Formats: sequence, C-alpha cells, structure tokens
Amino acid sequence: MRDVAIIGVGETQFGELWDRSFRDLGIEAGLKAIQDAKVTAEEIDAVYVGNMSAGKFIDQEHVSALVADYAGLADMHLPTVRVEGGGACGAIALLQGRMAIASGMYDVVVVGGAEKMTDVGEVQAAEILSSTADQEWESVFGATFAGLYAMMARRHMHDFGTKREHLAAVAVKNHKNGALNPVAQFQKEITAETVLQAPWVAEPLGLFDCAPLSDGAAALVLCSMDRARKFTDTPIRIAGSGQASDFLALHDRRDLTMMDASVVAGKRAFAEARLEPRDVQLAEVHDNFTITEILAIEDLRFVEKGKGGPATMDGVTALNGKISVNTSGGLKARGQPVGATGVAQAVEIVRQLRGEAGKRQVVGAKRGLTHTLGGTGATAIVHIFERGD
Amino acid sequence: MKTGIVSYGGYVPRYRIRPKDIGAVWGADGEAMGRALNIRAKSVPGPDEDVITISVEAARACMAKVDVDPQDVGAIYVGSESHPYAVKPTATVVSEAIGASPVLTAADFEFACKAGTAAMQTCMGLTLSKMYRYGLAIGSDTSQGAPGDALEYSASAGGAAFLIGTEHVIAEIDHTVSYTTDTPDFWRREGQRYPSHGGRFTGEPAYFKHVVNCAQLLFKRAGTSADDYDYAVFHQPNGKFPVRAGKQLGFKDAQMDAGLLVRDIGNTYSGAIMVGLCAILDEAEPGDRVFAVGYGSGAGSDGFDMTVTDDIAKIRRDGRTMKDMIADVKFIEYATYAKYRGKILMREAAA
Repeated sequence: MRDVAIIGVGETQFGELWDRSFRDLGIEAGLKAIQDAKVTAEEIDAVYVGNMSAGKFIDQEHVSALVADYAGLADMHLPTVRVEGGGACGAIALLQGRMAIASGMYDVVVVGGAEKMTDVGEVQAAEILSSTADQEWESVFGATFAGLYAMMARRHMHDFGTKREHLAAVAVKNHKNGALNPVAQFQKEITAETVLQAPWVAEPLGLFDCAPLSDGAAALVLCSMDRARKFTDTPIRIAGSGQASDFLALHDRRDLTMMDASVVAGKRAFAEARLEPRDVQLAEVHDNFTITEILAIEDLRFVEKGKGGPATMDGVTALNGKISVNTSGGLKARGQPVGATGVAQAVEIVRQLRGEAGKRQVVGAKRGLTHTLGGTGATAIVHIFERGD
Repeated sequence: MKTGIVSYGGYVPRYRIRPKDIGAVWGADGEAMGRALNIRAKSVPGPDEDVITISVEAARACMAKVDVDPQDVGAIYVGSESHPYAVKPTATVVSEAIGASPVLTAADFEFACKAGTAAMQTCMGLTLSKMYRYGLAIGSDTSQGAPGDALEYSASAGGAAFLIGTEHVIAEIDHTVSYTTDTPDFWRREGQRYPSHGGRFTGEPAYFKHVVNCAQLLFKRAGTSADDYDYAVFHQPNGKFPVRAGKQLGFKDAQMDAGLLVRDIGNTYSGAIMVGLCAILDEAEPGDRVFAVGYGSGAGSDGFDMTVTDDIAKIRRDGRTMKDMIADVKFIEYATYAKYRGKILMREAAA
C-alpha cells in the first residue's frame, strides 16, 4: 500500500451564506485547494465528494459530476464519486480518495465536501438531519437528533456525574477557538452563563449546546507520497485511518455513554499509524452537540472514561492544553455544513501541522487526528495525520 | 408646489394579548420571547373587525380632522395583506363610508407590509400632477401568524389613513425614494391561511438591507443626516429591528420613541409605520422634520423625508390620539384570542 499525503487545502467561509449556492461553494473550496497544491487539471485523476443530502436540501442529486463540471473539469472526463454516510461522508470521501491512491490506481485525487443547508427552513433542515437516524424506529416516533443526543447526555450525567456546566465548557472552549478562525460561522466568545441560560432544545441540551445549520465547503488535494514533494515542501502524510459502523438505532447500542464505532475506528487508526493517543497534539472531533465532544475524547482515549466533562472544564482540551481539541471552533463554532465537516476537519489539521494556523496555532504540532460521526454514531471514522518531512 | 399629508387618522383595536399567554399554550417561554422581540403585548381584532372596518375607522378619523369635502377625494387605495376578499375591493367600502363615491378611482394594494406607503407615493403623484385634488392612502392589516409560530407573538391588527394633497398640507413630503429587489423572505400563496417566512433570512438580507439602503439614499437625496430630524420612524415588525436599523443610521432613542408603537401593539404589518407616523403627527409641531422608512417583504422600502408645516395647528387634533388608543386596553387570554381570530372550528349554521 502506497503512502498518501495531502498537498493542498481549501475552504469557504462557513455560515448562513444566503447569496452563495451549493455549486459556488464547491467550486471555491475546490479551486483554492487545487491552487494551494499547484496541480494542473491534467494532473488530477479523480474527484471524491462528500455530501449528505443535496437531494433534500437543494433538490440536486448527482453532485459528483456537477462539482467537476463547475470546477471547469468536465472536458477532462474524470471519474467522480459522491459519498454518503450521514455526517461522516466527507471523512469517508477522504478515506476513499486515500485508498484509490494507495492502491496505485490514481496518483492525484481531489476530495471535497459541501453542504448548502439554508435554502430550506429550520424545521425542514432538522428533519433532514434526523433522517440519518433510524427512520422506522426513531424518527417516526418523533425522536429528533437533539433528542437522541440528549438521552446520551442524560445517561452520561447519571453514570458519571457529568453536569450541564461540563457540557457548557465544551461550547465556551469551541467558541473561544472559533473567535480565532476567520472562516468560522461564530467568531465570538461566549460565557458559560450564556450556554446555561439558553432555551432548551432537548433537555439537558440548550440552544448553545447545539452546532448550527451552515453552508460551506472544504477540499483537499491528495497525492502519492513519492510524488508529493514535487508539489510541496510540507506534505502531510495520512498515517492511519479507521472506519467503523454500529447499530443504526440508539436503543440497540451496547452503551449510551460510549460510541463503540468511535472506539473501534480510533483503535484501527492508531494501530495502522503505530501510535497511541498521547502521540497526537491536536484533534478535530465531532461536536454536533456538546455531549458528543465529551464522548469523543473519552472514546478516543484522550481522557479517562467518564472524565471528559471535568477534563474540558480543567482546560485539558483547550488550545495548547494537553491535547488541543477543535482548534477550528469545531462544528459548534466553525459551523456544520454536514458534507463538508470531515474534509474541513482535515483542512484544519493540515494548516496546524504546516504551522499556518495563525492565532490558534498549536505549538509543536506534529501529529493530528480527525474524528467524524454519521447519525448518532452508527458510523465513525478517524484519520491520523503527521508531517511528512 | 409641494404635495404632502393633509390629514391623518389611525386605528388600533382595543383587545390585547401578552406574549406570556401565547407561550403558555405552546409550552414556550413567552415572556422571554416578548423580551427578545421587545413586545409587551399585541393588538387583536375583535370578532366584528377586519381590514375593512379598521380602514373605515382610520379613514373616518382622518377626514374628521379637516374640512375637506369627501367628494374632492379622487382616489382611495388600501394597502393590506389581509383584505377580507380575494376578489372585491376594500377601497370601495371605504369610499362609500366616507362619502367619496361614486366619482373616484379606487383599488386595493398589496406589497406585504409596505402597500400603505406605496399608496401614499401613488397619491403624491396623482395630486402633484393635478389629476385629483386629494388621494386617500390607507395601510391596514389583521395580520396572520400560524398557531405556535414565532410570528404569532407579533402579528397584530391596526391601520392608518393619510389624506394626500397639495393644499393645506400639514407635513410636506420633501423627498421620497424607494429601494426594491426580489427577495423572498416572507410570503403567502393564494389559498394559504398563514404566511411562510425564511427565519433569520428575514433580517440581514431582507429588512436591514432594504431599510438601511433606502434610508441612505434618502439622506443623499435630501442632503441630510440623522441629526437633522426631530422624529424617525421605521417599519416595526418587532421592537428590535427598527431600533437597530435606526441606530445604525445614526438616530437616537429620543428621535424614535414616539413612533415606536410596536412595543405595545405588535406588528400591524401594512399599518405599522403608518400608525407610528400618526403618533408622531399627534405631537409634532411646525418645523419638525420627520424621517420615515417602511419595509415590505418580497422586498422593498419606501422612504419619506417630511417637514411639518404651520397648518398642523389648524387641524383638529383634539380627538382620539394614538396614545389614547394604546392606553384603551382590554387584555384577553389565548382561548378568547383563538375565538376572535377564527382559529376555532364552529358548528355550521343549520341549513
């Protein structure tokens, strides 16, 4: 299997981008990544696109060909693939691109992720998001995404004494990081009081415990490691990847306070990379709700099981803490254009490892990790990245 | 020769409901909603009130202030998004009620919340061109908010009438300017009972973009800035938007307070800026400068730069003022509100 490196990154502003269409966003992110990598159209072998639900959000399927077309690549007749896997689709597209190069079939691949969520109303958007849960056993009975994650939060509170203040600490930290990220949807710090006083979405999750609906796109250019130095002095190597699935419905899971898919995906990625959690300095983890980040840092063994809340409150996961988590602001503050999420997380890690993260730079960042979820954890995918020099 | 406001009259139903009582029904924190919207209560039309009766009340109040012969009113336009009839005008009933029929032109206007100010502009043109001596422009609504929707906390009822002409003008309209784009922030299709809206899309790219751009154009045309005005009034879908837009334009609370009725009566849609303007004219004195920018979803803004004349002292302002109407209140709870607003399915009358 060949080593694969990321040689170019690009992303759009994240937010409620009323005047930008799906294709505007996809093109901007893709072109930025291609320019960053300094590859030519002729050098690109394939395009992989992560997108959760353009069919429902903008009535457009077949976005794989669309993205290549509007990026001006139609007459290259490239193979284009759209990947769907709930919120994990962007990270899965990255794995597919990596595998295509590792196998020797392709040398240079563009991986993109995009979602345009604000063309539908908020209620409809929430319904579309909930469609990654189990329609027959969960959504049909009125379970919303927030409701399902609220159950996980409650159980975590019951079993480990986690408090709302601990959940709030996740939102406060991620907003603080988001304030340092010029493409973040929310570039404003908030206080724990703001989080705790916000109206309920699904108790014990309030408005500020939830990531927003967002528009945005992100893209990466992948290349075989042996050719990567032709394009860049700082290739970022994909050291390990692990993907795992689990029961679709929450009630079938073994444990509500732990996502087995995350645990397995993490173990697989660390095993391939021959690394341990202590070897990474930063991680972008899935924080669609505050509780999700607490579960993630426990499932990935950055902190002890059940201690995710207090650890967050104590600054263990703060910028330049023991492990810097969600330096981009995470889904909570950078924004959550679903299909873009996994790719945007990788963009952040690449910038950090290159030392280009500006005010939110993690000092001495050598290795980073991304963790992305589909649904309520029925899919989890972890990538570990390291400097290739 | 300048055209302007010759007389004015407003009307707000006396029934009110508080955000707290609406929220209680839907399991929501109504008080917090009221604070967020800066609305203490909203007006509710009584069971025998609709856009026709509100328009007639406003038109009568307007005509009662002056000695204009209703037969000299050559045009009546009623702007609303809740005309009782889809086909059959409100304006004809108003014209009969004030004795302006039959030699006049009349029509109903619709442009979301700014149809009334569009009617004012139309009447300005008709009177400046001497096509008619006077035109009556009305903005009036019994606005709809779906049960449980955010709009239900603000959608209220009220209206105002402005007699426009070139003689005995109490407020000269020195400049008017409009800013219009196709922006689908809020809509209601034929046959639909309640409107749809784009959530936060109704803010920045809709209300603020149009109001602020229109206001800045008006400043430019008039060669003025916020400091030149004694009063400012804006379309008021809630108590926050107009204040934020006003401050962005350089106005201070003291300039905006008199016309900001939304806090006590909610959003009267086509009537909103117009009842605010009535409240200003209730207390304005000769020489006062008034700045007004309305907004209608869909979307557009109409702006007016006005100067109050000496003639304001000559009209009868001793009748019911907007302040009187705001103080004359009967609070109702949600069940009565639901009944008055026709939200309860009644037994059908025996055949």
